Amino acid sequence: MANAAAISGPTFGVRVRKFVVSKQFTRGALAVLGFFVLWQAGSMGLFPFMHAIPTPVTVAGSFWEFMSTGKYWQSWMDSTLRVMYGFVAAQILGIPLGLGMGWNRNFKDFSYPLFELMRPIPPLAWVPVSILFWPTNESSIAFITFIGAFFTIVVNVLGGVSAIPRQLVDAAVSFGASPRQVFWRIVLPATIPSIVTGMMVGIGITWNVVIAAEMIAGNTGLGRLTWEAYLAGHTPGIIVGMISIGVAGYVSSMAVKMIGDWLMPWKKVF
Amino acid sequence: MNTAQTDTTAPADGAKGPVCRASDGALSIRNAGKIYDPEGVHVEALKDCSLEIEAGEFVAIVGPSGCGKSTLLNALAGFDGITSGEILLDGEPLATPELDPRPGPDRVVVFQHGALFPWKTVLENVTYGPVVQGIMSQEQANKRAQEMLSRVGLNDIETSYPGQLSSGMQRRVEIIRALINNPRVLLLDEPFRAMDTVTKSASHQYLLELYSATGKTIFFITHDLEEAIFLADKVLVMTTRPGYIKKTLQVKLPRPRQYSMLASEEFLAMKAQLVEAVHEEAVKAFEAGEREMA
Ligand SMILES: Nc1ncnc2c1ncn2[C@@H]1O[C@H](COP(=O)(O)OP(=O)(O)OP(=O)(O)O)[C@@H](O)[C@H]1O
Ligand SMILES: [Mg+2]
Repeated sequence: MANAAAISGPTFGVRVRKFVVSKQFTRGALAVLGFFVLWQAGSMGLFPFMHAIPTPVTVAGSFWEFMSTGKYWQSWMDSTLRVMYGFVAAQILGIPLGLGMGWNRNFKDFSYPLFELMRPIPPLAWVPVSILFWPTNESSIAFITFIGAFFTIVVNVLGGVSAIPRQLVDAAVSFGASPRQVFWRIVLPATIPSIVTGMMVGIGITWNVVIAAEMIAGNTGLGRLTWEAYLAGHTPGIIVGMISIGVAGYVSSMAVKMIGDWLMPWKKVF
Repeated sequence: MNTAQTDTTAPADGAKGPVCRASDGALSIRNAGKIYDPEGVHVEALKDCSLEIEAGEFVAIVGPSGCGKSTLLNALAGFDGITSGEILLDGEPLATPELDPRPGPDRVVVFQHGALFPWKTVLENVTYGPVVQGIMSQEQANKRAQEMLSRVGLNDIETSYPGQLSSGMQRRVEIIRALINNPRVLLLDEPFRAMDTVTKSASHQYLLELYSATGKTIFFITHDLEEAIFLADKVLVMTTRPGYIKKTLQVKLPRPRQYSMLASEEFLAMKAQLVEAVHEEAVKAFEAGEREMA
């Protein structure tokens, strides 16, 4: 945005270096490290209930093997693409729908009841119809992923529009803004924080959904990879899959957070 | 009345100025009435409310909570209509039961809770009005805004966002954002409420300076009786709902106003009069509330 430079301060590189030596980073890293140490000890016999779980060292070995196969990286690719398709489609359709419902009373009267009827249906309950409806497996998984993010983004945007302080709109109208200008210059920017919140929640849901959908209906992807490891009785493989999904979700959230910071130079996201 | 009417808000650079002559800004409120939701809850907020405000006069309105002060201001601003009577601005109907309420840059409001756009920088906020109306180019508006901001001691904050400013600075910016439109009337709805004493008196000083520099008509709502007397030419006391003007107090203190005046006998006598008038209404409001609760 136009004024991002004015307050963003130090360059990206400097900020990364600062972050790595910061307390915040040290604490997070310590927790992750502690988790692996406990896990190692637990699997080696400290906690008897963990006897079936391979140690992190074993898992690390498997990780190495997985990473040298093309299939592993293809799984990343496939799941990421599905998330992208579903997520982006959900934003493209959901943001205007939410804005429309929030801004136009008549439109909301028409669409809201139908919307609220569909919203409680969990994404996975859409699996059978979407397999029947969509020509390819790929498109049905992307569709289910879309469903996961769509309702969340609409609800957030709608809430955001309804929560715009009336005085902001009144002020703009006083200054001579036309309804169209009020929409683009006031309503839209005032809703950006809610859009970003919707995106943050939505990206998490899309990863949940894509993994589950792949387990049920997919032939590829990180979800399928994990499921196949289970079917083959390869426990370290299951954990490799789980960790990969965790990393994928984390990286995606960070990316969305960066988009959020860029969209809202006037405040930091979370 | 303010004598030094050098209109320093006149736009520079030959920009097309909004039409406001020094003599503009007289308000005539005649038997104004407002009933909210006439078919349903039927809340009568204003009844036979009449008052005259001269061009360039600083008028403060006080009264118990919920008496209809903001209702009157909303009618002046054009955010909401009235259901009886009429309001004239410089002799032309501004609000009647038949007219659709219409806000405009000739009557701008500074709101109780502040209404700066959080996603715009200070400069973008201040220049919003003239640019959106197309009466100044962005460059002209920037130049004008910088002049006006520096006059209230806000030079180096143009690229800041409102969220980075103190409440006192935010209010100053908001007043400048209103004045850059060269309005006929400046409407302020408890702008300094919830400010600490120091910030508040600094804000008074800035407002008075801007008032003497621009000579605008000011309609100022407050709960603070001292503030009302200190700032205004005329303090109006409103009755409990349905509100009308119960008492008009002419403040004859000379301008520029000094803080030493706060302790003068004249000031204290005026304050005592107001306290009595407002207290009476507050008791009535309280009793009416009790009845409604029962
Ligand atoms: N939209 C509305 N519908 C129904 N009643 C309303 C509406 N707006 C205000 N009122 C009522 O009208 C009365 C006057 O309200 P108003 O906001 O003008 O009071 P006020 O004098 O500004 O009070 P305060 O000092 O608390 O700001 C109040 O009793 C309020 O509850
Ligand atoms: Mg009010």
